[in-house]
Order: sequence, then C-alpha cells, then structure tokens
Amino acid sequence: MVDATQTARSVGSMLTVRRGRGRLHWTDVFTYIYLGFGFFLMFAPVVWLVLSSFKTPSALQEFPPTFLPLGPITVEVEGYDDSLLLFDVTMEDGSIQKLAQVRRIGIMAQMVDPDAPDERLSIPINTREPVRELRMAWENYRDPLERFNFVSYLWNSVIVTLVATVITLLINSMAAYALSIYEFRGRNAIMLFVIGTLMIPITVILVPVYIVVTNLGMINSLWAVILPGAATPTGVFLLRQYMLTIPKDLIEAARMDKASEWAIYWRVVMPLAMPAVAVLGIFSIMWRWNEFLWPMIVLNRSEVYTLQVGLNSFQGELDVQWHYILAMTVVTLIPVIIVFAFLQRFITTGIASSGMK
Amino acid sequence: MAHVDDKLGNAGEMLQNVVAWPLGILFKLLDLPISAIQRLIGIRRMPWFFLLPNLAFFGLFVILPLLMNLAYSVTGGTQLFLQDRPITGTEQYRFLFDCGSYADPLTCREDRFWKGIFNTSIFIFFQVSFMVLFSLITALVLNREIRARGFWRAVFFFPVLLSPVVVALIWKWILLRDGILNAFLVSIGLDRILFFVSPEWAMFWAVFVSIWAHLGFYTLILLAGLQAIQPDLYEAAEMDGTSKERVFFRITLPLLWPNMLVVIVLALIKGVQVFDEVYVLTGGGPGTATQFIVQYIYNTAFTNQVQNFGLASAASMVLGVVLFILTLTQLAATRRRDNG
Amino acid sequence: MKTSLKLLAASSAFAIIACGAASAQTELRMMWYNDGNEGEVMQSILDRFETTHPEISVTLDVVPYQAVLESLPIQLAAGNGPDIARVTDLGGLSQYYLDLRPHLQDAAYWETNFGPFLKWLDPDGDAINGFMTQLTVTGPYINRTLFEQADVDVPGAGATWEDWAAAVNEVAAALDIPIPMAWDRSGHRVAGPAIAQGALMFDAEGNPALVDEGLQRMSQMLYDWHKDGTMSQELWSSVSGSTYLGANEDFANANVVMYMSGSWQIPQFASTIGDAFDWWAVPAPCGPAACTGMPGGAALAAIGDTEHPEEVAILMEYLAQEDVLAEFYGQTLFIPGHLGLAANGIEFATDDPRAAHALATFSAAVPTISPVAYQLQGYPSNRVLFNALISRLNEAIVGEISLEDAYARMESDVTAQLAESSR
Repeated sequence: MVDATQTARSVGSMLTVRRGRGRLHWTDVFTYIYLGFGFFLMFAPVVWLVLSSFKTPSALQEFPPTFLPLGPITVEVEGYDDSLLLFDVTMEDGSIQKLAQVRRIGIMAQMVDPDAPDERLSIPINTREPVRELRMAWENYRDPLERFNFVSYLWNSVIVTLVATVITLLINSMAAYALSIYEFRGRNAIMLFVIGTLMIPITVILVPVYIVVTNLGMINSLWAVILPGAATPTGVFLLRQYMLTIPKDLIEAARMDKASEWAIYWRVVMPLAMPAVAVLGIFSIMWRWNEFLWPMIVLNRSEVYTLQVGLNSFQGELDVQWHYILAMTVVTLIPVIIVFAFLQRFITTGIASSGMK
Repeated sequence: MAHVDDKLGNAGEMLQNVVAWPLGILFKLLDLPISAIQRLIGIRRMPWFFLLPNLAFFGLFVILPLLMNLAYSVTGGTQLFLQDRPITGTEQYRFLFDCGSYADPLTCREDRFWKGIFNTSIFIFFQVSFMVLFSLITALVLNREIRARGFWRAVFFFPVLLSPVVVALIWKWILLRDGILNAFLVSIGLDRILFFVSPEWAMFWAVFVSIWAHLGFYTLILLAGLQAIQPDLYEAAEMDGTSKERVFFRITLPLLWPNMLVVIVLALIKGVQVFDEVYVLTGGGPGTATQFIVQYIYNTAFTNQVQNFGLASAASMVLGVVLFILTLTQLAATRRRDNG
Repeated sequence: MKTSLKLLAASSAFAIIACGAASAQTELRMMWYNDGNEGEVMQSILDRFETTHPEISVTLDVVPYQAVLESLPIQLAAGNGPDIARVTDLGGLSQYYLDLRPHLQDAAYWETNFGPFLKWLDPDGDAINGFMTQLTVTGPYINRTLFEQADVDVPGAGATWEDWAAAVNEVAAALDIPIPMAWDRSGHRVAGPAIAQGALMFDAEGNPALVDEGLQRMSQMLYDWHKDGTMSQELWSSVSGSTYLGANEDFANANVVMYMSGSWQIPQFASTIGDAFDWWAVPAPCGPAACTGMPGGAALAAIGDTEHPEEVAILMEYLAQEDVLAEFYGQTLFIPGHLGLAANGIEFATDDPRAAHALATFSAAVPTISPVAYQLQGYPSNRVLFNALISRLNEAIVGEISLEDAYARMESDVTAQLAESSR
C-alpha cells in the first residue's frame, strides 16, 4: 500500500512544483486542481460504496443518508425484559430528553425515562429522533457468506483466473511472436482476421458459443469458462506492438547460433517482452475475475460456480436486497484492490512502454 | 513509493528464482518436439505453427459462432438448435428494415431497434468526444514533472479494473432519489433531481459513468505517446521563446495525432458495443431513452418470453457490419501512420 | 483362527455391501432462487430428507433469479438442465417437465390438494409436474399510520380505485408525502385491476385479446395518475422495456401512502419495517366488473430430461406432504398453494400483528379472485402480454408515444411474438 508519509511528501512536493521560474503558471494551478479533483472523483464513489455496505437495510433507506454507518442504541431498563430503543424527544417545553420506547401504537409512542421507569409517557411519534452510534453491520457480510459456500466459489474463481491467464499468455504471445518477428504471406490477412474478432461483443454470440460448448461436452465444467475467451485480440495486439520494437539483429544473431525458433521465442523474445506480458497478465486476471454473464449461463451446478455468480444468487425475483448487494460487491472488489495496490507500478509503466507505437 | 517498489522488485526476483528452474525444464521438454516440427516444415512455415493455437481458439469460439449467428439470422421460430428451426430467408432482415421513414423510429416495425441505433449514435457522439478530450487533458497533466507520478497514474487507472456491473452499481447507488448526490443538492438548498426519470439526465449519466470507467485506459495510451516525443523538440522551442500554447498546437498535437486516432477508433468500437454498465445503471430507461443497440439484441434474444434468436441474430449481423466498417477505418489509419 | 476369519469375511462382506449401497447413491440437483429465507428453510427440509433417505442426495443450486428466467430455458433446450427447478414461467416451460403421475404413490392426493395449479404447469394435458412453492396474490398495502396522522378515513371494503386515489391524495397533501400511490412496475400487477375494470384478456375462442375497453380504462387511469402526481414518475419511468421494479424501499421509508404489490412482501416488510409504522394489507379495490387481484406464484417442477425419475418422484412426494409443506409455508410466510392447508389455515412463524393480518387478508382474497385472472395466469405465454402491456404503457406515460399508439403497439408486439413462437 502507498506509504502515508510518502503520499504526504509527494503532495507537498507537488504543491511546490513550478513551471517557469518561481511563478505559478496557470497550467500549474490547473494541474493541482485537476489531480485533486481526479483523486476525489475516482475514489470517493468506491469509498461511499464501502461505507454504505456496513449499514443496516433501514439505515440504507434513510434520507438524507448519514456518512458513517449508524445503528440505534438500546438500553436496559428496570422492569422490562427486552432492551428498549433510545430516543431524543423534544418535550412540550422545548427541552430534549432521552427516553426509551416501550412500544408504538398508531401515532403515539409509549416511552419511559430509563432513570424513572415507573412513569409511562405518551409521546407523539414525530417529536422523537432515534439516538444512534457508530455501528458496522457486519451481518451484511456474514449472512450471505455463511449461506453460500464461499470458499468453493473463491477457489473456482481463482482456478479459472489463473489457468485462463496462463493459457492466454501462452497462445497470445505465440501468435504475437509470429505476427511481429516474421514476414510471411498472409500476415496482413491474419491481422485483419484478428482485428475482426475484436469487434464482436460476446453478448451477440452467446447462444452459438453455448451450443458449441455443449457439443464439446464442456457444460458444467470450469473449462467452459476458461477456454472460450482464452484467445483475445487485444492481447495479440498489445504483445505484437511491443515485440515489434525488439531489434531484429538479436534474432538474427540467435539464428546464427543455431538456436531453434522455439528457443528464440522462449529464451530471447519472451524475456524482452516481459513488461507487455505482465500487462496482459494483469488485464486477463481482471477480466476473468469480473466475468459474470457467461459463467451464469454455462454453469448451473453450485460446486462449479465462480465468485461473481455465487455471490449474486441472493438476487431474487421480487426483492432488491441492497445491503447484501453492496456488501457482496465490496467482497468481489477486494482482490481487484489488492492487485491494484501491489501491481499498479507494472500496470502504469507497462502499458505506457508497450507503447502502441 | 520507493521502498514499496524495492519490495516489489525483491518479490519479482524471488519469483524468478523459484520459477526459473521449472520453466527451464519445461522449455527443454517442449524444444525437442517443436524443433522436430521446425525441421519438418522449415523456418518459413514456422509462423503458422506459432499462430495455430490462437487461430484454433478464434475459429472455434468466435468465427464458428459468428457463422452460426449468420445461419440463425435466416431462420425463425423458437427452437434452440439450428436443425430444428424453419428457414425464413431474409424475412428477419425485412422486419428490421420495415420502416415508414428511417428518420423516425416510431414508424418502424422494430421501433426499438431503430431507437437503439439512434440512442447509440447520440451516445458515441458525446462519449467519444469527451473521452478523448479528458484523456488528452489527463495525459498532459500526468506528463508533467510531478512527484509520485506512478501513484497518480494509478489513481486514474483504478476504475478500469472494476467490472462494468460494479461500476454501474456504485453510481446507481449515488444517483438514487435518496442517494448522496441528492443529499448534497438538498443541503445546498436545491431541489432533488430525479436523474433516472429525465431522458437527458439518464443519457448524461450513461455517458459520464462510461467515461469514468474507461478514462484511465485511454489516458495511458496517450501518455505513452506523449512520452515518446523527443524532449529536444521542447528544449528547442523553449530556447526560441515559443509560448506554451503554440508548443502544444504545433509540436505536441501533431506528433500525438497517431495515438489520438487509435484512441478515437477504439473508443468508437467500444462505445457502439456498450451494454453492461448502462443496463445495470438505467435499465435502458426512462422509457427507451438509454436503450442502446446491444440491449435491444439482448432483450430480443433472452429477456422476452419468446426468445427470438432469429431476429436478434439479424440485428447483430447489422451491428457487425457497422463495426467492421469502423474497424477498417482504424486499420487504414494505423497503416498510414506506420508508413508516414 | 476360524472365528476371526469368519468375522473378517463377514465384516468385509458388510463393508462391500455398504460401499455398494453408498456408491449406488443417486444425486439429484434442484435449481433454486431466493426472495428471502426460502433457501434456508428448504435446505433444512432437504437435510432431513437425506437422513431418512440415505440413498438419495440432493444438492440445492441457488442461482440469481435472472438465471432462472433467461438461462434455464436455454439449458433445458440444450438438455443441460437440473432434475428439479423452482420456476415462475409455469406454463411457458411446460414442454420440459416430467410427468410424475406414473411414479407417484398417491396421485389422488396431488389432484385433491393441487388441482387447479396443476393446470398452470400443464395447460394442455393432465400431467402432475410439481407443486406451488408459494401462492401469491396481488393486492395493496397502505401506511395506516399516515392515514391516522392525517386524520383521513381508510376506505372500506368495496371501495373503488377512484375512492382510493382520492383518499391517498388527501393524506399525501396533508402530510407532504412525495408518493401518494405506487405500483410495482409489472404487467402482472396491472392485470388484476384491469380485469376489475372489465378487461377480458381473451376473446371468445380463448386467444389473447389484450386491448379492450376494460384494459383501456385501467391504462387511462394509470396514465392520468402519473400526470396529476398521484403516482410518481420516478418509479415506472426510470427503467425501460419489461424490467421489473418494486417500490418496497420507498414504502418502507414511509414515502408512499398506498403500495400496490402482493403477498410476497410480507416476510420482507416484517423484517425491514417491523413496527416502525402500521403497514396494513387492504382488500382489493373494486371496478365495475370485479374486486380482484392476480394469482401467481412459483412452483417446484420436475424436469423431464432427468436420469432419475423414480428418485425425483420420491423427493417430490416427500416435499409435498402436508406437514412438510405446512412447515415450509409457515417459516417463509408464504400463502399456501395447497388447498387443504389453505382451508384449515397454518401457523405462520410470526408474532407481528401486521404480518398476521396481511396473511389473513390475502388468504381470504384467494376465493374472490376472478376466473379471468386464473385463466390469464394459466396461459403459457402470459408474459408476452404482461411485457407488452407494461413496456408500451410506460412509453406512453413517459411521453415517447401517445396512448393510442401504445395500444396499437401492444397488439402488434403480442401478435408478432406469438406468431414467432408458433412457427
């Protein structure tokens, strides 16, 4: 994770950056504002999501929403078995008193002073406000995770992501190698072919792919999720662009040394293409982890569900259980955030240097 | 940032140490048969060997389904398997193009198809132009001499990692009638705005959320282009006393143009294909104000009780043709750049 | 020596038989979705089943509802479906169901207790395909606390929709409530009151005839209510096509005076609203033709492609027993889809007086449901009608098309889709 002092230092140093001797150019001011605004805009929605995921269903439906998750405070009052909800009540003389509610009947509430529990007061409900404290509704996370076989879903997602990424890296790098290192007839036709597949969104070919997968007998196996997307045109492009920058002399030299083509691929080109390969790997991990529509169609046995499918199964026909949806969205976000935190260096330098020149 | 990077570097080295030996063995194992293949077919044919796995996957999981899609588009009925479906020829296409006037979706038999085309056109007009604009601005900002540049790049890239469903849910949660944006408006004295009830606001947010989610990706492409520009050019311009604005328009922009073109065409293709984010965000509403073309295809094929694969396939063929033209444009533009 | 050898032989034989029995265990897969806690209740019932029937193991595959609606038909068509599934498109998937009749011990029990609902599952024949996991009835809830606060009388039984509209507007004006009346965005919800207004839904031959005077009357009322503020634009207008949208959150937030929904909300309201205000079920408002809601519900259906029809029948018979179903309905707070239980009443696991009253109200509404409503619910392609109705009506309400055009489009949508499905 980013070290807090480093960030503070970087922000501080950023504030002192100048272009042009000593004076602030308008581009400097604009830069600070833009970066600050960008930071807020990119992260605030996610922070709000995480905070909201800790609220109870009734707290979620409040307007205006509170920033932090709050829950009602209950007190033990002498003479009553259950703990009672605590309210701030505006009394007739204008003072505010803390009273505990016994029950509500219609538009009047029966309340007692916790210190003087014998006297019951009848209070109109619109003069009372619940007293609340910070309370994280961990049950939003606990309930669905207990209900579902979370470990199995996680395991399936991990397997799919890793195996699919390995296959993707292998076959796409081989294809990119062929298209960048060699000059051969039909190269442009193949390029056109590969580009052509870029423009077909999977939504459009869902049903035919489903039939192909059924005929191959892969239904309800993780392979049905792993294989169809393994060859990605974006991957081929990314790697090809990078491999084009590898000096041809290296290849020639290797050939002079009687290295086989496979050796050149494995020993010479791939290590040099590592930054782009890393980027494709990260993208592949991200795509596979987030896949929802295709796994939902092709898997209908719970032991092979991936995380995205499994965690969405609390979406029923008639109810939108926001508290669970928010909590489970955060859960599926956690690996993404981890990938981001540890590998952001690779992502941002890798894609920049793979250049798309 | 520095010591974090060090730790990562160490991790990378440790990983290499562990992985190196098994990878080496794997290489030796594979080298034998593959070298044999090389001797058999000769070096000139080797590219085909390397291409084979990828082409096989494309063929089986992309091209074959596409051809099946074409076949579906000339059939009718509701059977799943092609062999059970009656052949209808070009009837599905005729249904699609059966319009009183192409300018007015309401006169069409498949009014939602044409509404989808109309909405998608508006969407890409705004989304692509603003996406390119903000990517450019962000790339320019990130190109400056600021500390922790990697961190700031990562900040803008972060939303790209989120799945479209998560993106839409996050923003839907914020924009609800009782959501935090409305709470803010009320707190500064304005009335609540029901964003999802107004066609204009719904389209605005569809464009906004789409840009939010993908900005980082295009920014990095442009950033790479900016960093490829030789610093000597800037130094020379500064020595000549050229103003910042002239430098931008006369040096930066022309040299960046090839990358800009890639961004524009990629954004166009992805824009035409937009579905997941908007579907979860607005559901296509209000009415049909944000129903785009892929949603029409999805609804026709899946959500209606009568799952009309024939009509959906025909519509997707039309979509494919449009995208193909767009893609050819990109290829032509790229080739011009490579040659020029 | 000899005795120990005998012992060894006997125990090995026993082990082999035990292993044989264990490996002969049949595995059944049940596709399920959840609206509330039904999954947990069903799982505990299945666990008990497995202990009494060790040769059958049942796996509950819980999926998002979207999968049941959109993916299941494709999976069934391709032959990849489960053995049993909880379905809502009862008649639409009829061709894929298993006829349990030849495998059942007591078919007469099924006919007596599930009679009319079997027709929903098999409109064209007399097969026994499954039973209802719940019967649902559409009907309105009111926020009675708001009526009290505004000092407005709650309209009684026999009140019309116009009476109710006037009353809720009075309450909303007095208390500054943003949404006087809210309906779920669903053609199924509109159908009940439309039938009350005289819609017949079918013509004399039994073919669908969606747009008639009764339907137009109801559509006009909904259109006018959206214009004059009785119903808020933000619910229906915020999505497109046939997307379902409920108003439960707004109702639970006390932003709605009257909410037209149905009996399935009871468990959810009991837990999210609790006693924050008096959520109160009221009898279906009346129109010129009837005072009715729409029946509905989900059913547990056996699938025809299953490799283990005998075991499926055993499981289904176990689950359909009166005491098992009484437990299921009681825990999930669903209205029983079992005629015997509905007549005798069941003990619902709730001590919330509002929930008890709502359950009683909706159960009492079942006998008063119009036969047209039953016919519509039993029609296999009814979703075609519901979707056409709600999507086109919404386009008119939003202002994209006129109401006249909407009626024309409803008809053409229905005709086109039915034509495609009969090819």
